[in-house]
Amino acid sequence: MKKTLANLQALLHGQDERRLSRWTNIGVPYLWLSLFFLLPFVIVLQISLAETALAQPPYTLLWEWAEEGVLQIRLNLENFVLVLGDELYRAAFLNSLWVALVCTLLCLLIGYPMAYAIATASERARVLLLMLVILPFWTSFLIRVYAWIGILKPNGLLNNFLMWLGIIDAPLTILHTQTAVYIGVVYSYLPFMILPLFANLTRMDMGLLEAAADLGCRPFKAFLKVTLPLSLPGIVAGSMLVFIPVVGEFVIPDLLGGPGSLMVGKMLWTEFFGNKDWPLAAAVAISLLALLVVPFMLMRRLEQKLEEEAL
Amino acid sequence: MRQGRWKLNVVLGLGFAFLYVPVILLIIYSFNESRLVTVWSGFSTKWYRELLQNQQLLDAAWLSVRIAATNATFAVILGTLAANALVRHGQFRGRGPFELLLTAPLVMPEVIIGLSLLLLFVAMEQFIGWPNGRGFTTITIAHITFSMAYVAVVVRSRLSQMDRSLEEAAMDLGARPLKVYLTITLPLIAPALLSGWLLAFTLSLDDLVIASFVAGPGSTTLPMVIYSSVRMGVSPQINALATIIVLIVSVAVIIAALTMGRRSVKEPQ
Repeated sequence: MKKTLANLQALLHGQDERRLSRWTNIGVPYLWLSLFFLLPFVIVLQISLAETALAQPPYTLLWEWAEEGVLQIRLNLENFVLVLGDELYRAAFLNSLWVALVCTLLCLLIGYPMAYAIATASERARVLLLMLVILPFWTSFLIRVYAWIGILKPNGLLNNFLMWLGIIDAPLTILHTQTAVYIGVVYSYLPFMILPLFANLTRMDMGLLEAAADLGCRPFKAFLKVTLPLSLPGIVAGSMLVFIPVVGEFVIPDLLGGPGSLMVGKMLWTEFFGNKDWPLAAAVAISLLALLVVPFMLMRRLEQKLEEEAL
Repeated sequence: MRQGRWKLNVVLGLGFAFLYVPVILLIIYSFNESRLVTVWSGFSTKWYRELLQNQQLLDAAWLSVRIAATNATFAVILGTLAANALVRHGQFRGRGPFELLLTAPLVMPEVIIGLSLLLLFVAMEQFIGWPNGRGFTTITIAHITFSMAYVAVVVRSRLSQMDRSLEEAAMDLGARPLKVYLTITLPLIAPALLSGWLLAFTLSLDDLVIASFVAGPGSTTLPMVIYSSVRMGVSPQINALATIIVLIVSVAVIIAALTMGRRSVKEPQ
């Protein structure tokens, strides 16, 4: 009897411990993310509806206790009217989407063959090649963007090299143009495209390609009919990792871009740090977020669906 | 497929050239004597000497390293907890939103994270009086929030690939869940924890945008110093600094990869 009791106690204790582990594992990160990731968005939304004020912090409160305990709430939609209606903002939003789209496609075009080549390399070579992809990802982003300034400048390395070869007579203007932004973005985000593609391609059953070949399928057709559809989850994941952050990119358009390559991330930065218009910056952030929620959800849904199909 | 291999190798070669040539040029020109970064005028290490005398830069570097280390430690703890939740606790209630909150920081544009966290800190200070001023603490909290998502990805993949028979054996022998976790699971996922820590460390060390939003006066991090100097134009000192950073990171990554590679060889699969 005593022994059974002790056993029962131990069992209960184990149960407790399991419940405790459940609470810590789920609860602690959940709480942290709710407090420092979710709640901030609520505050941004609130401030985007406020007015600029000469105060510290520089915005008005939305609510006010009027006489007799009546709560007065004033919403100011002017910031959104400005962001959505203004020509400059519209151009910046469209250009950001365009840059993100072009660069995602370029990353896919360069990254896919690279990922495929790494995935089909010998075991030994694969480790080394993979490390070569990951290494730039670890070195400073800012410094890698900086490296391109020295290359693309009018009297930079690329122009000097091309003139030395005699291909051009006068330096090309690349720095501070949209082209420089494309180069910088593709350069910085290429590893984000290669890694998920590689992860997907290595898991693929190469027997399928052999079967296709045995049945008389040409290699290129086999690629289109077998490899490409099977690697769709990798393509989606890689594109998401490139497209979404690039829409709001700040460093690259700021350092490499020029007046002709306006992007939302930079506009937000300028409103905040330059014009000190916090409510307008918040409205830009909310609009950008709203713009990104759609592709984010779409891609997540697609990812989940493809994962389920793979199982 | 074999006969197409050379084409793939050419593609790989060009791709890696694209990824590496800019950094290699950066390193070469850090030893250039001329102040004009792009005109070679002779070998010199004077920019390294100047770098070591730049007190503002050294202070910023020290602050960045302290923030990065604190951030990495907390990010590993929180990220591992989150990975445990996703791998070990199955379909708990609220799993959907949990996963969403954990994935979103990976792709969320930095300007949005930075602005929203700053506005949170300002509102909190207004209503509860904390944080009192911005600096080390606010930058570290901001960095933990996005770094933990990266750590969770790394630890999660390791946890879900792990062989659970050792854990089950320990359980059968009567070890309690916490003890099993600490003595068996943690050592088995240690390589992932290490690479998660290093990843969180470098992410923090590298961040300009988020830190600029949530920093206060007097808390200038290394990327902020680099950025303001780069905006003034290309400077050989930054080349020298870049070379040092690239060197340290490469050595760390190669060591981490080698130890992990050896470990996975030793482990019977």
